[in-house]
Amino acid sequence: MSNKVLTPFNLISVPIMLLGLILIVIRFWKGIGAITNLTQDVPWGLWIGFDVVTGVAFAGGAYVLTFMVYILNMHKYHSIVRITVLNGFLAYVFYAGALLLDLGRPWNVINPIIGNNFGTSSVLFLVAWHFLLYMLAQLIEFSPAVAEWLGAKRARKILSGMTIGAVIFGITLSMLHQSGLGALYMMAKDKIHPLWYNEFIPILFFVSSIFAGLSMVIFEGSISHKVFYNQTSENTLKANDDIVHGLSKVCAGAMFAYFFLQFLVFIHGQHWDLLNTPYGYWYLLEMLGFVLLPMLLFFYSYRRRNLLLIKVASIMTIIGVILNRLNVTVIGFKTDMDVRYVPSWMEIVVTLAVIFTEIWIFRWVVRRMPVLRESPSWVKEQ
Amino acid sequence: MSLDRRNFIKTLGVAGVTLAVGKSTVASVTKGTNIEFYGMLYDSTRCVGCQTCENVCAEVHGLPAPEGTPKVGVVRKTDEKHRTVVNSYKTSKGDLFVKKQCMHCNEPACAAACLTQAMHKTKEGPVIWRGNKCMGCRYCMVSCPFDMPKFEYHSPNPKIEKCTMCYERIKEGGKPACAENCPAEAITFGKRRDLIKEARKRICEKPDQYSDQIYGERETGGTGFIYQAPVPYNELGFNTHLQNSSYPALSKGFLYSVPSIFVLVPPILLGIHEATKDNHIKEGEENE
Repeated sequence: MSNKVLTPFNLISVPIMLLGLILIVIRFWKGIGAITNLTQDVPWGLWIGFDVVTGVAFAGGAYVLTFMVYILNMHKYHSIVRITVLNGFLAYVFYAGALLLDLGRPWNVINPIIGNNFGTSSVLFLVAWHFLLYMLAQLIEFSPAVAEWLGAKRARKILSGMTIGAVIFGITLSMLHQSGLGALYMMAKDKIHPLWYNEFIPILFFVSSIFAGLSMVIFEGSISHKVFYNQTSENTLKANDDIVHGLSKVCAGAMFAYFFLQFLVFIHGQHWDLLNTPYGYWYLLEMLGFVLLPMLLFFYSYRRRNLLLIKVASIMTIIGVILNRLNVTVIGFKTDMDVRYVPSWMEIVVTLAVIFTEIWIFRWVVRRMPVLRESPSWVKEQ
Repeated sequence: MSLDRRNFIKTLGVAGVTLAVGKSTVASVTKGTNIEFYGMLYDSTRCVGCQTCENVCAEVHGLPAPEGTPKVGVVRKTDEKHRTVVNSYKTSKGDLFVKKQCMHCNEPACAAACLTQAMHKTKEGPVIWRGNKCMGCRYCMVSCPFDMPKFEYHSPNPKIEKCTMCYERIKEGGKPACAENCPAEAITFGKRRDLIKEARKRICEKPDQYSDQIYGERETGGTGFIYQAPVPYNELGFNTHLQNSSYPALSKGFLYSVPSIFVLVPPILLGIHEATKDNHIKEGEENE
């Protein structure tokens, strides 16, 4: 696998990445309006709603797994921590990178960091700082793998000593900015469809990031174990089924909590009349088809130990989280407009290019560093 | 373990900073209600729709001349080239004109949203945009209940455009260009408190001519630009469903939780970590 160049993935991803690059050049040359369909009324589209808000939810697996492994000391899940943290780290790097494309004046991006000025009343100020700090925390969490790759024994010892601090810091940051991404929309009270706007968006975003992240871990795991089969250590492969079953239990529990909370929010919102409208059917599809149903599948399949069903449930959950984030940020945003925002093909290509670039870097790292395979033997002596 | 502790202390340090930050948030949100802001009063019964305000605004700010004229059935909107527009509406009391521009809220959502304070509520009252701070994220546009900040989508160096109440002129003791040049005296500039008194006086003197409501007196916690009209404001294209309390208060609950989470969560996590350390050892024994 590693020697072939003309794989289907390469054949698809390279042209899209090149096209994306051209589009990015046009965007910086002619302005954001040259390649996006954004308007004065809909200033945030696919790049924020999907790349950032949805992407970060899926990167939530890293904080959940570090919580299970380092805080609860569930040793069983240790073998997948590294790949999950790597995925999370790259997701943040690339989705924060995608954010730069969406900034009209990206050269001022350091202003909230250097204090020109500290806009402390802004939820986005919190989110920006947290992105930065969490990327650092994840880098520290992953750094022992880099040290092992480089054979830097002393550095590895120092870096792995910092892991627990980074983990504690990282979990706290994640709780806040996962919910913060929802809190961004609190002031858009009159712009978001009432079925999706409520004061509990931050808590709903946080709870859903738990199962969004873990479903992504299950889904990615099933792919990367195939693609990187020769990279994966025997222990990892052996433990895999058990790990997936465990994760599906956590998903089922978190989804139950989420569904229950959504139900309470709906009852208190008193929007029964809105259910019998096109947006109402869309809302029911999200809640029943892509939250309740995959939740039941998770419950059913871990009792029956059915791996295939767990994978189906995780894919449905992923779709459900995409639906939810897009419903809050794009689809349910300004539903009364005469001309609705629909992303341009160029916005979609740039989004795909960002995702593919991330996968390329991911592959580059996995092939070199001990992410899926065992650490070098000298590590045990430390 | 020494490293762990150091990290833990660092975490606490950050938590402390966040606590301080949390407090300043409260200050910036509630401050300002007691300061005497400037504002503008627009009287739709006086406006003749001559577009002088549009023209002088464009001239003063170096923007292109207005396009189109106020016509019933056509809703023109402000955009990145036009900071103010006058529209005509068919109402229960005949055709009426209404000028639209930034409302200069007492507690502006755009300024609370801005992570660099590029959107800024000045102590004089105007809400202004500062290009050297702005990163172009457009969160102000997402947050503004009146959709007033406009973005130059077709520029590599885009600006946010909106009415600034001619802040430069006010600082030099002048009046906003539109208020100074309005031939019908439909726009009055002054201290917001005096303008509300004036509006009330007009309502008292001619109760048949004016609606009881002064739009902007309470909407979004009060706006700097306030309106008088003879008809209910929904007939004039205003959003009459806006809340009367401040918009920044909507994200206050979340921001207030930040210091608590930062103080409470790390020690609890560290405690659980220490308490479950045995699991690790036990599992290790089983494996051997």
